[in-house]
Amino acid sequence: MRREIPLLISMVTGIFVLVGFFVPHPAIRTLYDDIQQWVIIVVAFTYVLGMANVLRINWTQVSRRERDWPYKIVLIVGVVATMVIGFSEGTHYLDDGSKFSWIYNTFYSAMAATMFSLLAFFIASAAFRAFRVRTVEAFLLAIAAFVLMLGRVPIGSLIHPILPEAADWLMEIPQNAAKRGILMGAALGVMATGFRIILGIERTYGSEGGS
Amino acid sequence: MLFLLLALLFPQRGLAFPLRAVDTPNDGGGRVTLSWQAQPTPPESWQVLRAAPGQPMVPIDTIGGALTTYTDENGLRNGTAYQYRLVALPGAVALASDPSLPAVPGASWFDLTKINVAVVLAVFFALVLYYIGQSERGKVWRFRTIAGLNAIEEAIGRSTEMGKGVLYVPGVQDIDDIQTIASMIILGNVARMTAKYETPLYVPANSPAVYTVADEVVKGAYTDAGRADAYRADQVRYITSEQFAYVAAVNGMMLRERPAANLLLGAFFAESLLLAETGHETGAIQIAGTANVHQLPFFVVACDYTLIGEEYYAASAYLSKDSRLLGSLKASDTIKILLVITILLATLLLTFGYSGLGEFFATQ
Repeated sequence: MRREIPLLISMVTGIFVLVGFFVPHPAIRTLYDDIQQWVIIVVAFTYVLGMANVLRINWTQVSRRERDWPYKIVLIVGVVATMVIGFSEGTHYLDDGSKFSWIYNTFYSAMAATMFSLLAFFIASAAFRAFRVRTVEAFLLAIAAFVLMLGRVPIGSLIHPILPEAADWLMEIPQNAAKRGILMGAALGVMATGFRIILGIERTYGSEGGS
Repeated sequence: MLFLLLALLFPQRGLAFPLRAVDTPNDGGGRVTLSWQAQPTPPESWQVLRAAPGQPMVPIDTIGGALTTYTDENGLRNGTAYQYRLVALPGAVALASDPSLPAVPGASWFDLTKINVAVVLAVFFALVLYYIGQSERGKVWRFRTIAGLNAIEEAIGRSTEMGKGVLYVPGVQDIDDIQTIASMIILGNVARMTAKYETPLYVPANSPAVYTVADEVVKGAYTDAGRADAYRADQVRYITSEQFAYVAAVNGMMLRERPAANLLLGAFFAESLLLAETGHETGAIQIAGTANVHQLPFFVVACDYTLIGEEYYAASAYLSKDSRLLGSLKASDTIKILLVITILLATLLLTFGYSGLGEFFATQ
């Protein structure tokens, strides 16, 4: 029963949401919209579990003096301090000049921007590997990339006016054709996965042992 | 009669014109759509008047003079007949519509604009059921080899031999995203293998809902493999929902724990290359899979194997070898062939001036 009941709930909810997509009548649509709201409420509750997990794992590592344990203290203090300050400011926690906003802008935004900026270096190293011409396909890729990059920068049109047009052609025709092919395949994959779950034949996410 | 015809052909100021009011189709009710012909000399604006049964016309809205349609959704009750009239503003200009025929707003039971989606879904559903039935009667199909999926077991085996762990990153979307759901399904298969080989598995989640589901999936997989004792509560952990903070934490795990296999399976965005390139630097075997087309080139460059679009969704059926799941895969392939034929047919028909088939499948 531990297995059948979740499968039944998945099946009934899945069929209802699928039907609700096609039926605008309030008799169905109201509950359909409510279910979307329930998702938000359920996810909100999982944040409690998530925070408990973060604090439990890091506190255990601190108490056992595991590797890098001082950093875990910084994390725990940061989490608790931000939460306490955020809750103390109530619904005004995102207002200009609030302490919570100051923490977010001063610490988090700066660190997130630093992480994002690393992408420039990673792109350079990845591009270096991607454009090493070892096969015919790699050669074609390198040529296409070369034309595209030149066509997308101001100096491209100065070298030759056809370069921006060639870059646009590459993006509009071969790139779009490949992309749409992948998207169509992926859309069918989404439908197949959905049907498998709705029909209850996809049980990999459940435990056999629990039945 | 001739006068009326001339008046319709050459409408003048001061002459009334017809106004059409109908229940807005394919909606949940409470809406009436008005339409009228463009006037040769449009007024500055139109005042929309509405009358409920037994009540006088009252203004409900003022709209631009160039418009030719208007949808009234201001407190209408389903099943009640409403009449409308348009009056040109400023009032000195004597241009107004005739009162419309009564329109009764009502809710539809089926959105006809989605009939094309319904047809494709119905055909697909029928095919899935047909092929599942075939598989239950013992029919076996052959599918092309997907190197990336074959490599998953190989990567876990390599991790076992090296005495290192497997890092499973389920993307950065929440559990309501189909890619994350597909990732959880693959995680079940991966966790069964790591449980069988007694290989450490690390699953950092970027959403508490994903963490909750992933934890259950891994726990269930270890139980199924008869290794419930090997399951550890810190294998699956919630990191943060912030994108780059999550990347920093996962990259830290890659560099500190040095897993021998990194499985990046889910929905990825700007963090895809940050994760894959860091994993590449650690020398781990990397298998990525996503349906986010813009991230695929990054994974192709930085990973050993990449599951592209539909391959990613086929992973569960391919790995489990369950005949019914393979039946759904066969249905997927069949409908793809049907869609390709439909596209070719619609293109051919459009070339000869018949746009019906193409328009039927248009969604916008």
